[in-house]
Amino acid sequence: MRVVKYEDIVKAIRDMIIYSTTHLAPDMKKALEEAYKNEKSEVSKAVLKQILDNAKIAEEEWKPLCQDTGLAIFFVKVGEDVKVEGGSLKDAIYEGTEKGYKEGYLRASTCDCFTRANLKDKIGYNLPPVIYFDIVPGDKIEIEYAAKGGGSENVSRATVLAPAAGKKGIIEFVKKVISDAGPNPCPPLVVGVGIGGSFDYAAVMSKHALFRDIGTKNPDPELAELEEEIKKECNKLGIGAMGMGGTETVLAVHIETFQPGRMCHIASLPVAVNVQCHSSRHAHITI
Amino acid sequence: MAEYKLRTPLRNEDVEKLKAGDIVYLSGVVYTARDAAHKRLVDLINEGKELPFDLEGAVIYYVGPTPPKPGEVIGSAGPTTSYRMDPYAPILIERGLKGMIGKGKRNKEVIEACKKHKAVYFGAVGGAAALIAKAIKSAEVIAYPELGPEAIRKLEVEDFPVVVVNDCYGNDLYEEGRKKWEQQ
Repeated sequence: MRVVKYEDIVKAIRDMIIYSTTHLAPDMKKALEEAYKNEKSEVSKAVLKQILDNAKIAEEEWKPLCQDTGLAIFFVKVGEDVKVEGGSLKDAIYEGTEKGYKEGYLRASTCDCFTRANLKDKIGYNLPPVIYFDIVPGDKIEIEYAAKGGGSENVSRATVLAPAAGKKGIIEFVKKVISDAGPNPCPPLVVGVGIGGSFDYAAVMSKHALFRDIGTKNPDPELAELEEEIKKECNKLGIGAMGMGGTETVLAVHIETFQPGRMCHIASLPVAVNVQCHSSRHAHITI
Repeated sequence: MAEYKLRTPLRNEDVEKLKAGDIVYLSGVVYTARDAAHKRLVDLINEGKELPFDLEGAVIYYVGPTPPKPGEVIGSAGPTTSYRMDPYAPILIERGLKGMIGKGKRNKEVIEACKKHKAVYFGAVGGAAALIAKAIKSAEVIAYPELGPEAIRKLEVEDFPVVVVNDCYGNDLYEEGRKKWEQQ
C-alpha cells in the first residue's frame, strides 16, 4: 500500500487552484486564437482580442482571469492501493481549496441558498467544493479541478428525451440550450454533453466532458461526427463572442456517454448540457 | 459603429448620441452594485430614505471583484450577468440612473425604462477581468462593507472599454448582431 501525506495533497491542490485561475488553459488559448483568426464579425473580433489580451495580463501578473473564480469542482480517482496519512482525502481537498482561494486572492463565491449570506467565516472560504469520487485500480490519486463560474452554469440544462427522439432530438435540445442562453454564458463556449445513464448521471458526465482537451476527437467515430454536427448547428445561430453577433460561438462540443459504450435505460434517453465559458479554468494532477 | 469617449456623470445629450453597437471609453466615477446591493438600494427608495450615492447621471457597474493583493487598487473586476438586476433597474433609472455596465440580456421593462428616461445599457467583456482592472484607478467601499465582493464601491475609471447594447431608442445589439450573422 502506497502512502501519501495529507499535507502534500493540500499543497498540490492549493497550487493547482492558484495557477489555473490565473493561467488560461493552453487548449483554450489555442482555440481562442483560432477563433480570432476565423471570426468574420468586426465587433466579435474586437471582443476576442480583449479576451486574448486579458489572458496575457492575467498570466504576467498572476491575476485571476475572471473575477468569478467559481465553485470548486473536483473529479477524484483514488487508486485501491493508496492510503492517505495524517487525515482524510476529503478533508485535504477542503483544506487545499480554502488555502488556494484565500492565499490566491480569489473570490469567495459560495453563499446560503436562501439568505444569500457569504458564510466564509463559518463554513470556510469558498467552501464547500463539489467532489465526485471514483475508486480505480492502482496506487495513484488523480485529481481534476475546475473553477466553474455562475454565468455559464446558470444556462446549463438536463432533460430525459423519449428514445424515439434519437440523435436529431439531442441536436435540437443542445441547440435550444445554446440559443436560449445567447450572450449570458460568455461565449465563445465549450459545450459538454452527457448522454445516457440516469437523469443525474447525464449531468455529471456533461460536466466531466468539459475536462477533455479542445481539439481532441471522441474515440467513438459516430460520436465524433455528432459532436461536429452539433457544433456546426450551434454556430449557425450567429451569437458570436459575448453575444454581439458573429460566426464563432461554439469552439468545441464534447460528448461523454455512460460506459461501456453508450448505455441507458430501455425507456429513457437522458441528455444534459453543461456550458463552459471562454474563461476555461481546468487542471489535473496525479499524486 | 461609432467610438466615443465619455465622462460621468452622463447627461441626456450624452445618452442620446449613443446607438447600439457603438464603442465607448468611459472615464470618471462609476459605482459598483450587484444583487444584494440593488435590493438594499430599492428598499431605501421605498422607505423614502437617502441613498449612499447620488443617482443623477450615475453609472452602475455590475461587478463583484476578487480581493486585491497587497498594493493593488482592485482585484480582477469583469462584469457579471445583468438579468439578475432587472427587477431593480427600472426604479433606479426612473430616479436618474443613466448607465449600467454588465453582460447579457435585459428584460423588456429595463429596455422600456431606458427609452422612457433616456438611459443606456453597456456591455463589457465578461471574463476580461484582469484587463478591465487596469482601467480602474481607485476603489473605495462606500456602503455595505459586510457584503464583501457585493459591497457598493466608488470606482474612478479611465477609458473603461464598453459597447452600447441597449440604447435609448429601443435598439438591442444582441438581437441585431445575431440576426446579421444567423444562418438558416
